[in-house]
Amino acid sequence: MVSSEASSALSHQFDDLEQQSEATTLGMWAFLVTEILFFGGLFLCYIVYRASYPEAFASGSHHLDVALGTVNTAVLIGSSLTMALAVHAAQLGRQQELVLFLLGTILLGTVFLGIKGVEYGHKLAEHLVPGPSFVFTGPHAQQAQLFFSLYFAMTGLHAAHMVIGIGVLTVLTVMAWRGHFSAVYYTPIEISGLYWHFVDIVWIFLFPLLYLIGRH
Amino acid sequence: MRYNLPLFPPQASTVAPQVDALYYFLVAVSAFFIVLIFSLVIYFATKYRRSAPRRAAAVPHDNPRLELLWTLVPLGLTMVMFSWGASLYFDLRQPPADALEIYVLGKQWMWILQHPSGKREINELHVPRGRPVKLTMTSEDVIHSFFIPAFRIKMDVVPGRYTTAWFEATQPGEYHLFCTEYCGTKHSEMIGRVVVMEPVHYQHWLDGSRASTTGSRSSLEVRGAALFEELRCATCHKATLPGVMLGPSLVGLFGRPVQLQNGETVIADEAYIRESILNPAAKLVAGYQPLMPTYRGQVSEEGLVQLISYIRSLGEANEMRAER
Amino acid sequence: MIPHTSTAIVAAGEDVVSPAVSREHYLNVRYGVRSWLLTTDHKRIAWLYLVSISLFFFLGGGFAVLIRLELMTPAGDLVLAETYNKLFTMHGLIMIFFFLVPSIPAVLGNFLIPLMIGARDLAFPRLNLASWYIYTAGGLFTLWAIVAGGVDTGWTFYTPYSSTYANSHVILTALGVFITGFSSILTGLNFIVTIHTMRAPGLTWFRLPLFIWAHYATSLIMILGTPVLAMAILLVGLERLFKIGIFDPALGGDPLLFQHLFWFYSHPAVYIMVLPAMGVISELITCFSRKRIFGYSFIAFSSVAIAVLGFLVWGHHMFVSSQSVYAGMIFSFLSMLVAIPSAVKVFNWTATLYRGSVSYHTPMLYALGFIGLFTIGGLTGLFLASLGLDVHVHDTYFVVAHFHYIMVGGAIMAYLGGLHFWWPKMTGRMYPEGWARLAALILFVGFNLTFFPQFVLGYLGMPRRYHAYPEEFQILNVMSTAGASILGVGYLIPMIYLVWSLRYGAIATANPWQATGLEWTTPSPPPTNNFSRTPLVTREAYAYPLQEADGVV
Repeated sequence: MVSSEASSALSHQFDDLEQQSEATTLGMWAFLVTEILFFGGLFLCYIVYRASYPEAFASGSHHLDVALGTVNTAVLIGSSLTMALAVHAAQLGRQQELVLFLLGTILLGTVFLGIKGVEYGHKLAEHLVPGPSFVFTGPHAQQAQLFFSLYFAMTGLHAAHMVIGIGVLTVLTVMAWRGHFSAVYYTPIEISGLYWHFVDIVWIFLFPLLYLIGRH
Repeated sequence: MRYNLPLFPPQASTVAPQVDALYYFLVAVSAFFIVLIFSLVIYFATKYRRSAPRRAAAVPHDNPRLELLWTLVPLGLTMVMFSWGASLYFDLRQPPADALEIYVLGKQWMWILQHPSGKREINELHVPRGRPVKLTMTSEDVIHSFFIPAFRIKMDVVPGRYTTAWFEATQPGEYHLFCTEYCGTKHSEMIGRVVVMEPVHYQHWLDGSRASTTGSRSSLEVRGAALFEELRCATCHKATLPGVMLGPSLVGLFGRPVQLQNGETVIADEAYIRESILNPAAKLVAGYQPLMPTYRGQVSEEGLVQLISYIRSLGEANEMRAER
Repeated sequence: MIPHTSTAIVAAGEDVVSPAVSREHYLNVRYGVRSWLLTTDHKRIAWLYLVSISLFFFLGGGFAVLIRLELMTPAGDLVLAETYNKLFTMHGLIMIFFFLVPSIPAVLGNFLIPLMIGARDLAFPRLNLASWYIYTAGGLFTLWAIVAGGVDTGWTFYTPYSSTYANSHVILTALGVFITGFSSILTGLNFIVTIHTMRAPGLTWFRLPLFIWAHYATSLIMILGTPVLAMAILLVGLERLFKIGIFDPALGGDPLLFQHLFWFYSHPAVYIMVLPAMGVISELITCFSRKRIFGYSFIAFSSVAIAVLGFLVWGHHMFVSSQSVYAGMIFSFLSMLVAIPSAVKVFNWTATLYRGSVSYHTPMLYALGFIGLFTIGGLTGLFLASLGLDVHVHDTYFVVAHFHYIMVGGAIMAYLGGLHFWWPKMTGRMYPEGWARLAALILFVGFNLTFFPQFVLGYLGMPRRYHAYPEEFQILNVMSTAGASILGVGYLIPMIYLVWSLRYGAIATANPWQATGLEWTTPSPPPTNNFSRTPLVTREAYAYPLQEADGVV
């Protein structure tokens, strides 16, 4: 029954579900702020070095696969759409839709990671992974290595966040399928949606910064 | 164990008394507030102790005017400290134009000091009294910091760039030189001494060096010229013939503005020349192709200093130079 | 450790009616290791932290003892240079990340925040436990690094020494600090959400105890600053592993970029360490003057102002790093500004004593000591913020003296003061007042003797992180070491009697200090759920009886 499940969903430290929902949502927003600062440090490094070595960075950027990157961007935005639809379904208490949209989000997220894996594979084959095997033809080889280091660090950190997100969504899908959520209680879906949208937004910054330097 | 208890380092530079004056001011202000707070706390804690008899009285817990007062007064005082400190700092970071140039190389765990005449010292620096000295410094490995307490000067010595400091010594004597940025195992042993001599004695000391002087040129420049030859820089930068060249002319370059490909204008100082040798594509001069290869790994920091000295001399061949 | 004997509550006239049989509270509700290691009760988690940070404190203190012993003689003759470098590095890392940053927030904050706002627990109790486990994991990695041979980069990890040249366990230590950072972030997050959403009815923001304001401001810094440190350390680790060249000039990198990233956190970090201390002091001064705090809203706003301004001054650590002159001026100016709210607090605390009713219980001795020592420490910060003067004293013992005045003379004194003040609430026992006062006095004397000579040493030019020094610096170093030995004794005494009091201390009532604050309306020790009924707040904070003349009841 909805109400008993709802009351069992209430943690003892909260007075009512409304307070719990408010606190949990604020908690996720606060966490996302910390993530902005975390990625921010890396973005700062990128900005500093791009300003110092514009040609090297443009040159490195041209070695990235814009087509795959664009597809990935569309895939990720699509997954944000399915996530938003999942939250909407949860709000309306539509369990089947909720499960379907969560699965859709997981699927799209996995496609994203798959394409990313393909890109990484290409870079490995082209000797563009920083380290002893790095080979770059053209001027600015040293600074191009910096570009690729930042490319792998930034997209790698993003991908790690995607993996965690997919893991969380998987758990939520199982819980949703088992009927843990209802129109009265769906906070975990909502806050996971916030997280997923955040990870999407990070990519929306990463994509032009890394892939679209100097392309008109 | 020595039993004297020094409280201040000697004042051996023009700037030392100025720094000390700011210090005394801050000590005085601090002493005032420390005495004030300590006295008030002790007084209130004693006078209003629980066991003391008391009269019923209005008890204040808010007074916006008082709050404003003790916000604005400290603000005023700190602004004085700021302006005084900032103006002093501005002077400390602006070497005078006619300063004696010394190049400093810091490396784990020693200081190499290069006089323009070619004289090279390790962990010791001889300077004349009464003459401004400008230090152009870099590190070969990690960040160090060049500190002479008696002169009240300090500047970090950073790999990959030049940093500068300057002083004018006022008292003959020997003074501590410390590395003051932790740099590894023998950080505490990266120390030396600065020897300030009367100008006459300094000249004698300098002349007693093994530097050879050919005409009006000094040894650092001579070595730089040799290196220039060895590295075939003249191939593109032919020093004597202006006209169609693959690289920009270096005659009279030093200290002049340079127009870059991207529209910016920079001054051709030590840092510019060093960077152009190690990373030529970073500042491409307008009207030239990016043909110059990098010399990183082929020239040491000392070699760079020699090349810079040589290039600098190309603009001054016609001038009377002050004794170096 | 926690005795299994029951604690009977005595004394008529107390808020809590005592049954003849022993009362159930958070300490005796369940026994056994699992009930502690799997607890989600914020009060038990506070104890978990208390034990951990105390262990780290004595480890860090042990390193300090060796440092001071070495520095008794000008020659580097006690330990090898490499060993000494590891000693000061590990002393700094442990004291900052594993003692000071958690201390007041993780022990007193965890215990008191729900109590002070009338809540049953923090917003996320399991996350709270996770924070402790994360802290412990980070601590274990760091201990592993120490046991495996230590790290010698200085706690500041400057590149390129740490990223390319150091031969010690940098990555392992960096991992330890990186992991522990998340503990800080999650604690801050928990506090922010709790304070925003779980205040009792009637408890508006401006009725909150200043302890809460202080922890709120601290939590803002924790969540905004720590991630940047995490990134800085992560990049140093990546540089060491993969030679990516981000901080290596030979590969096009910039060593100063590390300094900016590092200090962007590490300057606000000092406010993480001192704001909670100021929160404690506000509570102690008001209780032991039996008077409402002077200038409540000014103190509250100062806390937030310090948190905000604290993020804008990091460049004052880099005045001689080859940062531009103009950047230096901006940072110097802002650093002057950040001193003002702290000064305002000192004046307000002093004014609170005026016409109060002052007693000299141990917590008050610590509070008064804090005011004096924090004033000295804070004023010497102005010396460092003055550009022209900083050139001379940067990276000398002047800086070492400055920050120890604030961290030890300030934060640790506040921590001990708070620990004594809330000890009866936490344990149901009183500590022995005589010994406690003696220890406070010993600490005050020992502290000043240890660190005041270091101001002089610094101006004389003795650099930091030197294990051998010119002879003329010896006498001041000997003074400092003598003080340190007194300081050490001062720290051992409370360790002994606090543990003693757990079994033999006088039984405490619910409100032994007759203090205001919701935490004192519940029994000592409190039941697991803190309050039998959610309190309703109708008064301002610190509404002491002395306010009758004002018409406040």
